[in-house]
Amino acid sequence: MKKNFSIDHLYLSILYFFGFSILLLTFIVFYELLSSSTLSIKTFSWSFLLRNKWDPIREIYSSLPFIIGTISTSFLAVGISSFLSIGSALFLTEYLKGQFSSFLSSLIDILAAIPSVVYGLWGLFVLVPFIRNIQTFLFRYLGFIPIFNSQPYGFGIMSAMVILSIMILPYAIAMIRSVIEMVPSDLKEAAYALGATKWDVMRQVVLPYVRSGIFAGIGLSLGRALGETMAVTMVIGNRNDIPRTLFDPANTLASVIANEFNEASSSLHMASLVYLALILFIITFLVNLAMRSILKRYSLEKRR
Amino acid sequence: MRKLKNNIMTVVLASALIICIIPLFLVIGHLIKNGLSSISLNFFVNNPKPFGEEGGGMLNAMVGSLMTVGLAGLIGIPFGLMAGIFLVEYRHHRFAGFIRLLTEVMQGLPSIVVGIVAYAAIVLNMGHFSAFAGGIALAIMMFPIVTRSTEEVLLLVPLTLKEASLALGAPRWRTTFTIMVRTALGGIVGGILSSIARVAGETAPLLFTAFGNRFFSTNFMKPVSTMTLQIYDYARTPYASLHQQAWAAALVLVFFVFINSLLAKFLAKRLSGRR
Repeated sequence: MKKNFSIDHLYLSILYFFGFSILLLTFIVFYELLSSSTLSIKTFSWSFLLRNKWDPIREIYSSLPFIIGTISTSFLAVGISSFLSIGSALFLTEYLKGQFSSFLSSLIDILAAIPSVVYGLWGLFVLVPFIRNIQTFLFRYLGFIPIFNSQPYGFGIMSAMVILSIMILPYAIAMIRSVIEMVPSDLKEAAYALGATKWDVMRQVVLPYVRSGIFAGIGLSLGRALGETMAVTMVIGNRNDIPRTLFDPANTLASVIANEFNEASSSLHMASLVYLALILFIITFLVNLAMRSILKRYSLEKRR
Repeated sequence: MRKLKNNIMTVVLASALIICIIPLFLVIGHLIKNGLSSISLNFFVNNPKPFGEEGGGMLNAMVGSLMTVGLAGLIGIPFGLMAGIFLVEYRHHRFAGFIRLLTEVMQGLPSIVVGIVAYAAIVLNMGHFSAFAGGIALAIMMFPIVTRSTEEVLLLVPLTLKEASLALGAPRWRTTFTIMVRTALGGIVGGILSSIARVAGETAPLLFTAFGNRFFSTNFMKPVSTMTLQIYDYARTPYASLHQQAWAAALVLVFFVFINSLLAKFLAKRLSGRR
């Protein structure tokens, strides 16, 4: 008995170590990013965030083009995919029943697991030529609208936006489905008993009940889009300027790192790339933290 | 009027689902169309030929993937398992909620950031790229995924089982490993399998760690290629034959992911049925 007790003691303290190792890992990540970017932080300080220049030859670095590239592609992608994913999740959980619904859901789950580089390959050889045709058309007939008024390369913001929205769809659908499934069925049945149509129930019972959960699910898919690397790198065109139109080639924080890190010409260049990684880390960390905190409410309800 | 609106919205929602599924089918369709023609025995047993020459395979990349993912599992799985058990055992601890939240947040860590961190922590200190550094980078990605899936499955084990074991005088560690983990084994293994599928498809953490290598290597201290790195490299070359190989590799990779998730589902069903 006595012996068991001491083993248990050991067991619990070992658990403690493993439990807190995620905290340790977070610190290591932050520390490594900070210490490897110190040179750049010291050289440019805050001007790094706001100036518009990335010039490895003259050793001037700043993050604005990439922050704009990241935010524009991610938000456009989330804008496209959010309505589609809410609609699909509703249809999957509330309209389709039984085998067919679970078949489609597991199909979507598998598609969420397709590697990023595979989407990138598809984007490079299938999507970009397709987008180029659309752009040529838009440029010819709607070129007077500023966002369509530039050379239709195919590679650029538009392709990145489309590939990102395709990639985050399955993830967003899965997140939204899991919160919609938590709506108590007595609420829905009460509404049906009052003579509500299916859409009335969706609009007035289900959606209001899970509004913040859906918001958080979409927010998490935004977090994904912000940090997505390979697929975006392969289709965005890799140009280090602020994009002016929807067709312009650009770069995101993640894609410029993937593109230039192995060929970094100087230690300042490398430190600046790590500085970009630090910015990306902080942005995604905060987005994920906020969204997970909102979602916590739902998981607590589930556990009970 | 309400009826009409209801019908319209049903059509709208259904078409949202269809629009979502179309591009996903397109991706799979192109993969099969372009990949299947380049898959032959050659692809699996040969190493890459010099650029511009026909033929060659991806043996080196498959071995490299196996090495990096294997090392990641060796580190990531025990850490993930134990941290998952921690979250269950210390459910009411005042830090448990914080650790859980942090784990979830770290699940969303951008893969390119992981690559940079592994580069700074390992490659810089060792002085060269290596399969070892790649494995560590993937382990960092794997750890929080396994933690969360383990915790979720363990929470499904009925509390009465645990209480019965403790009441019989079994110590906590024994209760955990022989009752809780054993009961939930199917789900735990399923979670591990899907984390393996997830990291096997990662490229960004390996760009600056495993780096890639056109030659066959099983040395953990040397750079290696992986399936994903090879796809990325080949896609950027101007050679059509290499593009074909990239498609083939992508198809193999997706097939692996598919089999993996089928297996995970099957195991979860099979083993959780056995109490």
